[in-house]
Amino acid sequence: MTDALDRATSVLVLGGTSEIALATVRALRSPALRRVVLAARPSPERDAAVAALTAEGVAGVSAVDFDAAGTTTHDALLAEAFAGGDVDVVLVAFGVLGDQQEFEDDPDLAVEAAQVNYVGGVSVCLRAARLLRAQGHGTLVVLSSVAGERARRSNFVYGSTKAGLDSLASGLADALHGSGAHVLVVRPGFVRTGMTAHLEPAPLSVTAEEVAGAVVAGLRRGSTVVYVPAAMRVVMSGLRHLPRTVFRRLPI
Amino acid sequence: MSSKPADLAVPELLTGWGRTMPSRAVVVRPATVHDVAAALTSAGPRGVLVRGAGRSYGDAAQNGGGTVLDLGALADVELLDDGDVVAGAGALLSDLVPVLLAAGRFLPVTPGTRFVTVGGALAADVHGKNHHVDGSIGDHVRRMDLVTPDGVTHVLERGGSPAGDRLLDATLGGMGLTGAITSARLATIPAPTPWVVVDTRRADDLDVLMALMTDPAERHRYSVAWVDGTARGRRLGRGVLTLGDHASPEAAHGRTGRAVPAGVPRVGVPPLPVSPLGRASIAAFNEVWFRKAPRSRDGELVGIAPYFYPLDAVGGWNRLYGPRGFLQYQFAVPDSGAEVVRRTLERLAAIGAPSFLSVLKRFGPGRPASPLSFPIEGWTLAVDVPTSVPGLARALDELDDDVLAAGGRLYLAKDSRAVPATIAAGYPGLADFRALRSEIDPRGVLVSDLSRRLQL
Repeated sequence: MTDALDRATSVLVLGGTSEIALATVRALRSPALRRVVLAARPSPERDAAVAALTAEGVAGVSAVDFDAAGTTTHDALLAEAFAGGDVDVVLVAFGVLGDQQEFEDDPDLAVEAAQVNYVGGVSVCLRAARLLRAQGHGTLVVLSSVAGERARRSNFVYGSTKAGLDSLASGLADALHGSGAHVLVVRPGFVRTGMTAHLEPAPLSVTAEEVAGAVVAGLRRGSTVVYVPAAMRVVMSGLRHLPRTVFRRLPI
Repeated sequence: MSSKPADLAVPELLTGWGRTMPSRAVVVRPATVHDVAAALTSAGPRGVLVRGAGRSYGDAAQNGGGTVLDLGALADVELLDDGDVVAGAGALLSDLVPVLLAAGRFLPVTPGTRFVTVGGALAADVHGKNHHVDGSIGDHVRRMDLVTPDGVTHVLERGGSPAGDRLLDATLGGMGLTGAITSARLATIPAPTPWVVVDTRRADDLDVLMALMTDPAERHRYSVAWVDGTARGRRLGRGVLTLGDHASPEAAHGRTGRAVPAGVPRVGVPPLPVSPLGRASIAAFNEVWFRKAPRSRDGELVGIAPYFYPLDAVGGWNRLYGPRGFLQYQFAVPDSGAEVVRRTLERLAAIGAPSFLSVLKRFGPGRPASPLSFPIEGWTLAVDVPTSVPGLARALDELDDDVLAAGGRLYLAKDSRAVPATIAAGYPGLADFRALRSEIDPRGVLVSDLSRRLQL
């Protein structure tokens, strides 16, 4: 149970090596936090994440094997995580960015990305929502992207996967209303992480820590949607309404 | 469960009085003790908990995803010839008070609101302004009917058997985790008139206040100090001590007085989008409260309701703290830890936590037989704080360390933010309590959000 001072006691991260996810766990660190489960594919990065968080004094950090595209394994994985005690925050943080040109050259790669980002997202979000509803409290935090708000020429495959995930999460927020469980949809702009290191940062770019701060603030306020940075809400509102002929020519 | 009409099982979002940490449970309203037993034996995976009037501040009376029993139907009140009162667990103390006063009796112990249930009062082993004289409510229980998770009703007479006393004692302060209390027989005390004779002493700082409160010459049944939680520096801990005793007919000069109003107040605070209580308004309130108190006055006659239940006159006053809610930090420390009272007031003043209501009391000896009963001999301080105050979490964590170092503990009925280790360190009997729970509740049927959060 998240306490009266908004401190989570237990966090489950799906996509446990994501920089944004780990920054969020650090931002949620408190004396009340006693269980952190990092679900990710076995890798040196995952081991390093467990070791780093533990060394920083985060209590009860463990890792479990998780493959976002392996949807038939998700039921057992989530059931086990919840069997270990109530989960206050489920953070859906996995995703692949890919390369737009490669997606267009090899549609199989685009299908794979869609399977991870969208299909995997559908699978874990619906299952986690059911478990949160059953415990009568807790928040599903879904890392979406402003790329899902309006498909752009430069990354519409990735954008479409996030658009699907974002729609699903937004609908779940309404479905869970009154259940004691909540959904927080996080829409960052360009985040400077390892995933985007090869790209030129876009305007209003943010760090993983800034996204984590916005997540924690959103949890505290009980928000359904947060933009990071907050100014992105206004920018996207403008972009959504631009005529297509203009939007297509924007260098974004 | 026997027959449970659909309208008697309603999903509800529940919070404590502090209006923080909501969780959803199915609220069931059993009509009989048999229904209570059926609810316990047919519990689902998220278990069952009895909720009283929802006046604990944190998550003690909620059970996310599970079942919550409202025993409002078990509310009979009967005054016996010997002065004892037998009441259903769902009866409010406000149901008992008029019955008792009509017979010249009063509750042996009452908390600062009469809108708590008998079952809730026993589960929290509540104390009042007379703890230094009369102990907690658990000291006045003659008998309790308790339904354990196996569906068996135990009639626990005080002194009936060692096993019965052990279960009875664990239930006093046990936060509803040992079974469902369905009825209790309590001793009462004489109250020949509906008046209290009150002496008032105003103290300019904490040292003076604490000296007044430990003055052996001041022998009164009731003693409580309101402390100005916004005062700093030389004025830190300034406050107003009120000392009271039930008035004899002579002292009341034959005044009959008004009856204690029945039912909950009709005038109340509506839901507010933001809290009107800012630092300035709370400081102003405290200033006025302090200045209107006489430096010293003896023999004032005050009615039972305004004396014991001043806040009951304002329905839903907890909404004053706005949608973010508030918490109450209450600890007890032995006399040797009196400095923790000062440090708490200093620390909260330092982070600018505006406290509307800070209350300092003396405790007499506690109930060592009751592992989770809160009072221990010495001091207890209770401070209301809005949860939105920056730095509050860290300040309270540090104060927890001070409380524990002084041999003190936190009050579970008020808690909404402690960690398991703090509770385990403050309550050395917790291991015994857990052992008893595993004996009587091997399936873990009785659970609450509090018990999960604090691993009770």
